[in-house]
Amino acid sequence: MVHTSLDVVDEKISAMGKALVDQRELYLGLLYPTEDYKVYGYVTNSKVKFVMVVDSSNPALRDNEIRSMFRKLHNSYTDVMCNPFYNPGDRIQSRAFDSMVTSMMIQVC
Amino acid sequence: MEGLTLSDAEQKYYSDLFSYCDIESTKKVAANGRVLELFRAAQLPNDVVLQIMELCGATRLGYFGRSQFYIALKLVAVAQSGFPLRVESINTVKDLPLPRFIASKNEQESRHAASYSSDSENQGSYSGVIPPPPGRGQVKKGSVSHDAVQPRTSADQQEPASPVVSPQQSPPASPHTWRKHSRHPSGGNSERPLAGPGPFWSPFGEAQSGSSAGDAVWSGHSPPPPQENWVSFADTPPTSTLLPMHPASVQDQTTVRTVASATTANEIRRQSSSYDDPWKITDEQRQYYVNQFKTIQPDLNGFIPGSAAKEFFTKSKLPILELSHIWELSDFDKDGALTLDEFCAAFHLVVARKNGYDLPEKLPESLMPKLIDLEDSADVGDQTGEVGYSGSPAEAPPSKSPSMPSLNQTWPEMNQSSEDTAIVHPVPIRMTPSKIHMQEMELKRTGNDHTNPTSPLLVKPSDLSEENKINSSVKFASGNTVDGYSSSDSFTSDPEQIGNNVTRQRSHSGTSPDNPAPPPPPPRPQPSHSRSSSLDMNRTFAVTTGQQQAGVVAHPPAVPPRPQPSQAPGPVVHRPVDADSLITHTSTSPQQIPEQPNFADFSQFEVFAASNVNEEQEDEAEKHPEVLPVEKASDPASSLRVAKTDSKSEEKTAASAPANVSKGTTPLAPPPKPVRRRLKSEDELRPEVDEHTQKTGVLAGVLTSQPPLPRSVGKDKKAIQASIRRNKEANTVLARLNSELQQQLKDVLEERISLEVQLEQLRPFSHL
Repeated sequence: MVHTSLDVVDEKISAMGKALVDQRELYLGLLYPTEDYKVYGYVTNSKVKFVMVVDSSNPALRDNEIRSMFRKLHNSYTDVMCNPFYNPGDRIQSRAFDSMVTSMMIQVC
Repeated sequence: MEGLTLSDAEQKYYSDLFSYCDIESTKKVAANGRVLELFRAAQLPNDVVLQIMELCGATRLGYFGRSQFYIALKLVAVAQSGFPLRVESINTVKDLPLPRFIASKNEQESRHAASYSSDSENQGSYSGVIPPPPGRGQVKKGSVSHDAVQPRTSADQQEPASPVVSPQQSPPASPHTWRKHSRHPSGGNSERPLAGPGPFWSPFGEAQSGSSAGDAVWSGHSPPPPQENWVSFADTPPTSTLLPMHPASVQDQTTVRTVASATTANEIRRQSSSYDDPWKITDEQRQYYVNQFKTIQPDLNGFIPGSAAKEFFTKSKLPILELSHIWELSDFDKDGALTLDEFCAAFHLVVARKNGYDLPEKLPESLMPKLIDLEDSADVGDQTGEVGYSGSPAEAPPSKSPSMPSLNQTWPEMNQSSEDTAIVHPVPIRMTPSKIHMQEMELKRTGNDHTNPTSPLLVKPSDLSEENKINSSVKFASGNTVDGYSSSDSFTSDPEQIGNNVTRQRSHSGTSPDNPAPPPPPPRPQPSHSRSSSLDMNRTFAVTTGQQQAGVVAHPPAVPPRPQPSQAPGPVVHRPVDADSLITHTSTSPQQIPEQPNFADFSQFEVFAASNVNEEQEDEAEKHPEVLPVEKASDPASSLRVAKTDSKSEEKTAASAPANVSKGTTPLAPPPKPVRRRLKSEDELRPEVDEHTQKTGVLAGVLTSQPPLPRSVGKDKKAIQASIRRNKEANTVLARLNSELQQQLKDVLEERISLEVQLEQLRPFSHL
């Protein structure tokens, strides 16, 4: 499922030549009959992709919320990147990052 | 003992303390380190503490029951108030203030709690933890105390020997010596000294665990010498000799001694200080850190790039994950580079970790990069926080709070400076809250305050309020350049310098507002940006003497009429056009208004000051471009800021262009006040220029005649850019805080909504 989403994101990236930073909503229509979830995609200037999968149980998060979440995610990610001890590609182990993500998820739920 | 009547506050306070000390939850606090520490923190003489112990019955029982503990606390309060210690004084002394304990130790205690848990009597450990003030040795002491199993006497004896030895050991060797010491002299005590020098790289915890057995036996002895040891941080040997038998005290002494004597033993310093008041850095440690910083980056105001820092800290052999966490904590402005403060904080954390202390989740206050002029206040804040004797010293208050207080602290200062004059010397002080930058600014300011004639630099901060996260390196660079400029401009007349200082101050105030509480951007340095040229102008004026003054004065008036026609393209244009700068300045100011409210005022200012500012404007414009390229838009925010800077610079250039044109015509159209402010700086710069009204013709002449001073202008620009950068960084920090707060708010609101819904659902049932 996530891989499929990634494919879609790639597709969009190649399609649009600009404004990569736009938070692109990935297929709100990506709702399979059985799995009611939505997948949101977000790409940074450095082609780092964030994929967010949410259950549609909530009265659907508003687009703004998703955007803000991605923004926060992006901010935290850049903070993690700034750490010279962090090797890009490693699993992110930053506590601050994790706490931010957790808080976001809790907020949504 | 007789019944003890406590007020509610006392009751609560005492129960908290008791809980704190009752680490084993046995409801009876044996003479463990906590209690000792607590008593030591009370800063009472040893004999008094001993007396208290006896009075409360602990000596009799051999431990502190709850009642004994309460009585003891009450007696501590009595003693602290100066009343004689009597059994009856417990209840007779009315309105007794709560006993005061140096909080830091509590935190330390909590830190050591784990290691000390086994030590029921860890008095020794407490000694280590004890009150920070002199603090550094405390940390060591704590660890040492664990080891101090031996009777105090032996410990005492050993202490003198061991501490002396340990400190002198070189860091690498210290671990070994530490171990040895612990083994040799009666075990525990000797360890203490070792703890001091503590091999920086050797796990501190090991020593502690080893020594934990040692402390034991408190047996109702008087509490270890109270803070004396702490106080004598610097005087190691004397205190140690005076130490009574308490192992803890001995340890303290040793630690103190070791700390004091450990000139080369960074570890010692680190150890002691790392937990002193939880995370305070002792002077020795700081000096050590600074030296280390120099080995990597000779310029103390410079940055250590991430890669260099990574190598350096990797040598500490800490796991990468921990180093990564330390970096997260210490890189305050998230720029991938470490300033001196950040570096010291990181180093301090590494030392602490090496000694077995857990890393905090948030950067402790004492380690926060200090904003300028906040050093003292920040420290005070830290201490006050620590007073809460509530464990987890490491958890500094939310990052926001530390920064806020600091910001607030700086802010008042800034405000004051702003009052000074319209033209503040563009001291490269960071107006923005960002502590790091503040510090840099402070450094710069102290160095440059009176040398930098370029007032416009101050303007920058306001302009770049959004540049919170500008790379510190960038800022630093700009700050440096600013400094450089200022010094080069020192040739300007005194008045100019004064004016510059004034403007600087102003700008500072402007920046500071951003941070702590969005105080309305005081006369944003922006105006000063444009004014930066004014500094140059001033210089030129000074050089050219009177007529120029008139001319300069005339400029500002001339500027207003111009609508910003000529938006000079890039900053390069600015320099040459003095007259234009006025115009462009004015034109830019309107544009800048949207960016910042102050602009409105400044625009007018600019108009007036255009003549003076021309050069400054040019400089500013130039600086902006310089700043922009340097800044790294690490995130959208920064790119935004950059954009702003660009626009600003453009505006400035534009303003400068028209400014020249209008010089001859504009009377004092610009609001007298803003103009006056600008002029003030100018006036200060150039005493002669009092009437800005006159001289349209002279002004024109002056403008044209004044040779552009690229140097001063550039400096101003850089200073402004630096300040802008700093402001931006502060802005980003604030923005983050804001987002976090908003998130929290959302959470709370959601909870509320859910609760309301539940309530509604239940309502119908209630009627049933």
